[in-house]
Amino acid sequence: MKRLPVHLSPLDRKLVRDLWRIKGQAAAIIFVIASGIALLVMSRGMIMSLEETMRAYYERYRFADIYAPVKRAPDHLLSDIRALDGVADVQGRVQGGGLVDLPEVAAPISARIVSFDPDARAPINGVYLAEGRMIDSSRGDEVLLLESFALEYDLGPGDTIAITMNGAQHEFDIVGLAMAPEFIYTIPPGELVPDPARFAILWAGEEALEAAYDLDGAFNEALLKISRGADEQQLLDALDRLLAPYGAVGAYAREDQISNKFLTEELKQLDTMGRVMTPIFLGVSIFLLNIVITRLVQTEREQIGLVKAFGYSNADVGAHYLKFTAVIAVAGALVGWLGGQWLGRGMAGLYQEYYQFPFLVFVPEFGTLALSLIICIASAALGAFVAVRSAVALSPAVAMRPPAPPKYGRGDGVMRGLERMLDQPSRMILRRIARQPGRAALTVIGIGAAMGLTVMMRFNINATDYMLDVSFNVVDRSDILVTFVEPLSDKTLFELSSIDGVTYAEPFRSSPVMFANERIDYLGSITGLPDNPILNRAVDSDLNTVDIPGEGIVLSEQLAEILNVSMGDVLAVEVREGRRPDLEIPVVGFVEALIGTPAYMTLDALNRQLYEPQRATGAYLKIDPLKSEEVYNALKDIPLVAGVSLRRESYQKFDQMIEEGMGVFRTTMMIFSIVIAAGVVYNGARIAFMERERDLASLRVLGFTKIETGYVLLGELAILAILAIPVGSLFGYVLWSYLAGAMSTELYQIPTIFREDGFGHGAIIIFASTAIAGALVMRDVAKIDMATALKARD
Amino acid sequence: MTQLQYSSGRPAARGAALADGAGSLAFRTEGISKVYGEGPAAVHALRGVDLEIPNGELVVLLGASGSGKSTLLNILGGIDRASGGTAWFRGEDLTAMSDKALTAYRRRHVGFVFQFYNLMPSLTAHENVDLVAEIAPDPMPTMEALTLVGLKERATHFPSELSGGEQQRVAIARAVAKNPTVLFCDEPTGALDSKTGVGVLKVLQNLNTELGTTTLVITHAAATAAMADRVIHFADGRIREVVVNDHKISAEEISW
Repeated sequence: MKRLPVHLSPLDRKLVRDLWRIKGQAAAIIFVIASGIALLVMSRGMIMSLEETMRAYYERYRFADIYAPVKRAPDHLLSDIRALDGVADVQGRVQGGGLVDLPEVAAPISARIVSFDPDARAPINGVYLAEGRMIDSSRGDEVLLLESFALEYDLGPGDTIAITMNGAQHEFDIVGLAMAPEFIYTIPPGELVPDPARFAILWAGEEALEAAYDLDGAFNEALLKISRGADEQQLLDALDRLLAPYGAVGAYAREDQISNKFLTEELKQLDTMGRVMTPIFLGVSIFLLNIVITRLVQTEREQIGLVKAFGYSNADVGAHYLKFTAVIAVAGALVGWLGGQWLGRGMAGLYQEYYQFPFLVFVPEFGTLALSLIICIASAALGAFVAVRSAVALSPAVAMRPPAPPKYGRGDGVMRGLERMLDQPSRMILRRIARQPGRAALTVIGIGAAMGLTVMMRFNINATDYMLDVSFNVVDRSDILVTFVEPLSDKTLFELSSIDGVTYAEPFRSSPVMFANERIDYLGSITGLPDNPILNRAVDSDLNTVDIPGEGIVLSEQLAEILNVSMGDVLAVEVREGRRPDLEIPVVGFVEALIGTPAYMTLDALNRQLYEPQRATGAYLKIDPLKSEEVYNALKDIPLVAGVSLRRESYQKFDQMIEEGMGVFRTTMMIFSIVIAAGVVYNGARIAFMERERDLASLRVLGFTKIETGYVLLGELAILAILAIPVGSLFGYVLWSYLAGAMSTELYQIPTIFREDGFGHGAIIIFASTAIAGALVMRDVAKIDMATALKARD
Repeated sequence: MTQLQYSSGRPAARGAALADGAGSLAFRTEGISKVYGEGPAAVHALRGVDLEIPNGELVVLLGASGSGKSTLLNILGGIDRASGGTAWFRGEDLTAMSDKALTAYRRRHVGFVFQFYNLMPSLTAHENVDLVAEIAPDPMPTMEALTLVGLKERATHFPSELSGGEQQRVAIARAVAKNPTVLFCDEPTGALDSKTGVGVLKVLQNLNTELGTTTLVITHAAATAAMADRVIHFADGRIREVVVNDHKISAEEISW
């Protein structure tokens, strides 16, 4: 850095050289700002890209606006539907559940088979052909297989697949692999999370399926596109009225379509995370930038005097330092913006694969560029302004002399007693902190804020672990969940219990219903549980089993909130299966659920209300682990089993989903929070060094060793870091309380739990950062030039 | 003090040092040079200085700015390193010492008084002296050191509550409290007015007389030379002249 190639004014040369001199520190500040900015740009870019991709995908493949499932409706009814107000297009299809029997997999795999007309010009819910060819409408034995499932088992065009539909096995040729907007997420029956390996989606010709499901000349699901400006709710009501005689479960809009709901909820969660976290990260990094810049300029006091003595005006000096800080701020904003773009693109790419989008529309985020620059420059300018104003207020002569010894006082009270026990260097540390409590507090708050971010991120991870633990080890303690195609009598339960290897079978019933209170409707389901359930229980927030009294209903708190009902209210319930009774059920309790919006009744009471005694829609099984193969095989032979879910696998899948999806985003933020913490501590240490270089040099001359000298400097940093721990813990607590609430959705309730390891984790990061920063600054202490530092005129 | 640290490759130096007798000379240098920077931009602060300073003397170093006197003081004080040549302190080769050994040397033997005092602002006068007394092997009682410089009453004051002259006297007390073998003063009166400066010089002279501490004082004020045992004139990084003063005067008689 001796010669600069371009012509610069002397002050600008000084600027370049000064920046070079503090390059390590400048880099730390740049990374702190860049972390905040990058998170903003990344999360905006990623979410916009994913939303845009989803929108384009839905549009291109004509993702249905409304689904109207029925038991059986004649094809001619489609023209009645088309005549309804607001219907742009309608299409009937046959779809049903089944089981796939793969020779290499012991447990039966749930399947959903939907009919598809390969000759339709613009089908609703089209498919994207990833590999192979379309099915031939004249052939009844060809299918398309969902690509994600095919990849799990290495299946492809040319292979055959056996499916049990309605109790009969059918053999199909796989001719192509496909993706579709309605199956971005595939959640097997009874599962909580998508699992491509446990749920097969197949598309087959209409005739083949009509035959398999006894639906000749009929359909069991209508797909609708609605015209612009149509009243969706009115249309849903009209459909329900029209289709009620045909066993309608209830028409629902796209927003309740399971794959879409999962996807939008997850995007919403990502968005919330971005929206909530970004200002926090950005706020913390800007706050730090401000502190650092202010103190950095303060250490330039003598130079400011010198420059003024040469005849530069206050405005020149002010502009000089403004440039000085602006260079750092702009660099931080640019590094952050570019890094954020890059990360956002990478992240969107990861999600593209994860969500199984056939393509990705990357939306570059330019809107944040200007914002980032403005925020950074403004905050750097503010920091510089405050510091320069006090510096230029000095006359050059005063500024150039070493500052008059700052005023100190002895401690009083407790401090005085404490001081008496300490050696002189320790007294220096204490008095320096006590003399400028404001500055010490700012440092403590700065380090605390950085730590708060890491604590919050740790709590985030803890919360998901807790959610998993409660869902799979407390609420559901079964080994296998079996779901039936329709409510079955207790004969099936008996059949399940008698399978060799099944040690316990516990029935449950899940019935689709429309809850209504005042003007609020909510499509959900009621779960009927046996008295004293063992394998699957409703638990309260303290994880105690909830007692469901008599004929009443116990609602999850989220559902109660949505419906705006309180204890003792009578809830109107329209049942969407069987005889479809309209019920009025008293609300007798609330339960804190972590996943979904469940409502519970006793199995007997539910069956009584539905006039269907002794029915169940599924059962939880406990099995002898040594006989799992036998149990799986036996389950394959039971007709009307819709799905078999292995809880251990579900648990792993859930865990994997959290690690892979949200986890990557979260890990990135965790890394940013560590960068911010380390950057803050290092800058704090560096500035303390610059402010005290003279004192430290004096100590070295007086015969203090490097370690003893370093103690005076780093002792202060250590104390401030220790003081920052409770502050950081508090920040983390507050941030997480807020974030957990903001991130909770209908699908997930993020539990606001605070495990000690969150605080410990944050503290370790702060101590590690302090140790590393300390080691770096110790190198500076070792290099102090005693001879020139004493004159200290440069 | 650590062991003698001669370099085995310099038998001549060893012989010379022993011949001098470790007891009679505080410092001896041979061809000390100091270069800052390199190439055409190099600055030769010292260009070969040979010097002998007997124990117990008060020596004044005179010369224009940049003549090399501060550089020599820094090398002898163990806070800077020579580029060439050898310097002995009582027969021990300072130029061959490790950083650690130099720190120990400063800690045990050297007292420093700076132009700008360099007191620790967060410590009182008493505590500033304690700061050094705590790490010295054989310190004098702190109050005794403050009494020597006439500041017994100001012991509990912080630097911000003391005048420039008083601060400099605290700095001197801090330097002498360890019972140093040598006392280095770089422009001790540079930041003080004449009257206050004379007070400080008086203290230095008394200490030299009463404690027998070898004292090296750098000054711009030529008048100060009159109180020295020996005056060394510097110019262009060399010693121009060494004058041994047979008729020392008292510090009170000096003015500038």
